[in-house]
Amino acid sequence: MKAGVVVFPGSNCDHDCYHVLKHVLEVDTVFLWHKERDLKGVDFIVLPGGFSYGDYLRCGAIASHSEIIDSVVEFAEKGGLVLGICNGFQVLTETRLLPGALLRNRDLKFICKNVNLVVSNVNTPFTRFYTPGEIIKIPIAHMDGNYFIDEKGLNELIENEQVVFRYCSETGETFDDANPNGSVDNIAGIVNKKGNVLGMMPHPERCAEEILGNMDGFHIFNSVKKYLKGGI
Amino acid sequence: MKIKVYVKLKETVLDPQGEAILQSAKRNGYDFIDSVRVGKIFELEVSKTENLNEKIDEISKKMLANPIIEEYSIEVGE
Repeated sequence: MKAGVVVFPGSNCDHDCYHVLKHVLEVDTVFLWHKERDLKGVDFIVLPGGFSYGDYLRCGAIASHSEIIDSVVEFAEKGGLVLGICNGFQVLTETRLLPGALLRNRDLKFICKNVNLVVSNVNTPFTRFYTPGEIIKIPIAHMDGNYFIDEKGLNELIENEQVVFRYCSETGETFDDANPNGSVDNIAGIVNKKGNVLGMMPHPERCAEEILGNMDGFHIFNSVKKYLKGGI
Repeated sequence: MKIKVYVKLKETVLDPQGEAILQSAKRNGYDFIDSVRVGKIFELEVSKTENLNEKIDEISKKMLANPIIEEYSIEVGE
């Protein structure tokens, strides 16, 4: 397995993702510069969090028109595994690899805190190590994480089991008080129809190491590793 | 030649920024204002090219606006 972390000007979680993949999971990992088209033979791509191009125009909009993205789209369309975290999720919606869009948070504030998530789809290459309905804790840190999709789109997401994570209370209820940013149906993360592209606002790379006191995010990267090795 | 592209959130999308401005305006005595929607204007200075209108429409759709959440209109100047 070889992993690639895309770097845009303004990415700031790229080294965290690199660290988790390379040093915690001990996977061969490279950085992919946004001006390149060559994916260096990777079989897993991470679009990291940050503020690509200073969030100019719309979050992720300018990044979605960069050279590397043409290759990422082609890779994803062939079934390659892509994980977009935070700004990476925004880039994935701007490229239309994932449906919907991410709007300014309902309360117009930047939110940085741990949130509870309920896992609603464990049948993706990213979530094999969770159990259905499991409640996990992963931090969010964003200004524009308010997931929007129209009703028809939402029904399709639910029908195709594309919703992977929802914001919830400590006991797993997905009511409005547990929704930090106003996302439709408390959505925190979704996959595409084929299930090979995951976008999520929470940051699994920030809770993927024992020393940090929380390993809930580790399982996403480990799931990908095992999946690519044919283990699960 | 100058072209202006106006972009704003669709009516069906909540605009919390517009809502915050509306509330503040009302508190400041502008109680006749019923609604505020925030948008942006792109001023493009363009040189002559074939199929200009189609090209401007294309870039508006593909880049300047995100049609999932936004709508746009184009104003061609002199």
